Amino acid sequence: MCQVDEEYHHQLESTDRPSVSKKCVKCKELLAAVVIRAGDAFCRSCFKESFIHKFRAMLGKTRVIFPGEKVLLAVSGGPSSCSMLRQVQEGVSQNAHKKLRFLPGIVYVDEGGAVGLSKQERERTMSELRDIFRSTGFPFYILPLEQVLDLPSSVVVPAPPLSEPPTGSYKAAVDHFLQTGSRNDTTSQEQEEMSLPDVSESRTRSLQQLIGSAKSLTAREDLLSTLRQHLLVHAARTEGYSKLMLGDNCTRLAVKLLTSISLGRGAQLAQDTGFSDSRYGDVVSVRPMRDYSAKEIAFYNHMFSVPSVVIPSLETKAPEKASIQRLTESFVTKLQVDFPSTVSTIYRTSEKLQTAGRSSSPAADRGRCLLCMCSLDTAVEKASALQATLISEQLSHTKIQNPGPVKPEVPLPAEQHCSSSGEEDCGGTGSSCCSSVKEAEAPDVRSQMCYSCQLTVRDLSSVHHLPQYILSEAQRRQRRCLMREEIREFLLDDEGH
Amino acid sequence: MPVLCSSCSEKRAVLKRPKTGHSLCKECFFWAFEEEVHQTIVAAELFKPGEAVGIAASGGKDSTVLAHVMKLLNERHSYGLQLMLISVDEGITGYRDDSLETVKRNQQQYELPLKIVSYEELYGWTMDAIVKQVGLKNNCTFCGVFRRQALDRGAIMLKVDKICTGHNADDVAETVLMNVLRGDIARLRRCTTISTASEGDGVVPRCKPLKYAYEKEIVLYAYFKKLDYFSTECIYSPNAYRGHARTFLKDLESIRPSSIVDIIHSGENLSVREGVKMPVQGTCSRCGYISSQALCKSCVLLEGLNRGLPKLGIGKHHRLHEKILSQQPLTENEERKLKSVDF
Ligand SMILES: [Zn+2]
Ligand SMILES: [Zn+2]
Ligand SMILES: [Zn+2]
Ligand SMILES: [Zn+2]
Ligand SMILES: [Zn+2]
Repeated sequence: MCQVDEEYHHQLESTDRPSVSKKCVKCKELLAAVVIRAGDAFCRSCFKESFIHKFRAMLGKTRVIFPGEKVLLAVSGGPSSCSMLRQVQEGVSQNAHKKLRFLPGIVYVDEGGAVGLSKQERERTMSELRDIFRSTGFPFYILPLEQVLDLPSSVVVPAPPLSEPPTGSYKAAVDHFLQTGSRNDTTSQEQEEMSLPDVSESRTRSLQQLIGSAKSLTAREDLLSTLRQHLLVHAARTEGYSKLMLGDNCTRLAVKLLTSISLGRGAQLAQDTGFSDSRYGDVVSVRPMRDYSAKEIAFYNHMFSVPSVVIPSLETKAPEKASIQRLTESFVTKLQVDFPSTVSTIYRTSEKLQTAGRSSSPAADRGRCLLCMCSLDTAVEKASALQATLISEQLSHTKIQNPGPVKPEVPLPAEQHCSSSGEEDCGGTGSSCCSSVKEAEAPDVRSQMCYSCQLTVRDLSSVHHLPQYILSEAQRRQRRCLMREEIREFLLDDEGH
Repeated sequence: MPVLCSSCSEKRAVLKRPKTGHSLCKECFFWAFEEEVHQTIVAAELFKPGEAVGIAASGGKDSTVLAHVMKLLNERHSYGLQLMLISVDEGITGYRDDSLETVKRNQQQYELPLKIVSYEELYGWTMDAIVKQVGLKNNCTFCGVFRRQALDRGAIMLKVDKICTGHNADDVAETVLMNVLRGDIARLRRCTTISTASEGDGVVPRCKPLKYAYEKEIVLYAYFKKLDYFSTECIYSPNAYRGHARTFLKDLESIRPSSIVDIIHSGENLSVREGVKMPVQGTCSRCGYISSQALCKSCVLLEGLNRGLPKLGIGKHHRLHEKILSQQPLTENEERKLKSVDF
């Protein structure tokens, strides 16, 4: 898991009892038990209260989750999402005016197959988590990532947003909810007993093949997180949840923001790191833990015995410079030691960003990335980084003839040089490139992706390894595109833009 | 077996382009490098025929290559530009002398007019003297602020319409990262633009023709063209924070070579939420230079130096600007706070 989450364990014991006996800044009576930042010393009960308050305040301020709404908590087993789970537990059991009034469920995606864990290891983790989940009384779903291979294409088609209640109706919804009474009690009764569905070894092998087809760890991690996201959204849809609650804390989001920038995802930053993310239309992701630092979560979990489970990930044993994600994480962690405001400064940047001003109409499926579902950022603008890249590619590949104006096209240049990449089937000797010939029958997936996802797919040994639901959707989009070309002159509106 | 050039397929390749991974011969690399800069200039419409353009020349690799390529493209593609070199002499003994020699050599080689503006002449202070007063810790603040204005002053003396600087793709990517780390949203939004319009009197429009050129390719170009240059890394303590960003960028590049241009792509596609406050640009009421405060940074720094209160220009002391302008004396308490050099 996130290394920054683990950083504070050595401080825990010592900070439990501060050497200088300070008074709590809030009640000014009891001795401080935790010091989060210099000058922020809390006694045990004030710390707990402020921690819980912050969660409720975030949901109250944003007003994205409505009373009675079904909310699926994505719990990875790490400290942050486990702490989030505890906050929801505390919230639904509070007395009336402080009560959280949504209907929670839990989902856990088991990536053991992709990471190469044995069946026994996966079972062991699962039973630990099952105990935690069962104790909450919420319905829970444990999904092996292998299930992603059987998803329907609808996962990568943005759905129309659920009839959005008009603004100002939040209060009305609360009133209505209070009158009709809480249905919360029912959830505990119909708690679902879901044991790990049996995963056949061949599915696990297929998943490993898919992940393994990425030549770099950077692409592997990116692919894994995309697939995880698809599975989460699909689970939410099929079980009737309209919100997906993610446990990203402030430290995590700072790392994510810098990672996104480094991966060329500037246009998608607001969705990648904001409080709410509606790229899927009907299922909206929210990040209520975004105001908590990894440090205060570690303190809270330690003091109030919030259990979490250590689960190995792709990067667990990888060296620092193995992937862009890993490098960024260790960069931020180290910088935070020398400059303690690093995380909060980066994090504040994310609050000032918004999604690119393109139309977010879900009908515009042609303008959405096939993988991450964000608006495409691949229109070649004059004098842009994208245009410069295409020009470089052309200038060092073609013969020197008349250097007329270069007319670049949308897909990023492939690394299609037999000599350099050593791809399979490289029998071609002429100047025409082998890979473009080979992929002729495959749908043109790359042009349907955003800049950053194209980089990831460029690192795959072949696009054929992508799961069928993605390839089918690519073909459908391509057919739509051809149709539109054919009837273009009869269309009055340039629909789909 | 020798690798053939992937562009002409005739000559032996002598280098692998850091930017694309292609193996190229010397001539094809030169051509590609130069034409890419040309395409950038054309696509971004950086210049108009007949303009006088000042090339900021430090004697370092970027500006040496920039001067060379600008001269060459101006002739090859008949831009019709009147080029000249502008150099800033910060007054750092032993460090500037070598690089200024390079600039003077370039001047002769390319037959371009050269103007050297010195801190001493403009501000009455050399960097050596500034460091003596403020110490090593914050001198780069002075250096950066003074250099920016010095270039403008030089450009105005030479009556040029534009200044082009040697900022390369690595510099731009590094600045994107720096602004994220500093949370400076206004600069983050501005830093990827290739050219700035004149922001007021005394400010000459600037542009970066090498914006998409990788630093490594600039070195390769200089190496094979046998262009001589000096390291222009400031000998007075460099900015530690920027150093971290630079190392991070180099590490990113080693993992995925396209990271540099990927970060620029990110920067170009960021969009800032409406309602986020952006500083309003006005002009300095003492010297007329652009400033979001009553006094521009350079005038405040200078005032601090001249009064022996070096801390004045470092950190935020906006409320003192009125006092300085009306030449009121500072209180004892204010003086004490601004005097200490141990910051
Ligand atoms: Zn207290
Ligand atoms: Zn994408
Ligand atoms: Zn060649
Ligand atoms: Zn300096
Ligand atoms: Zn001024």
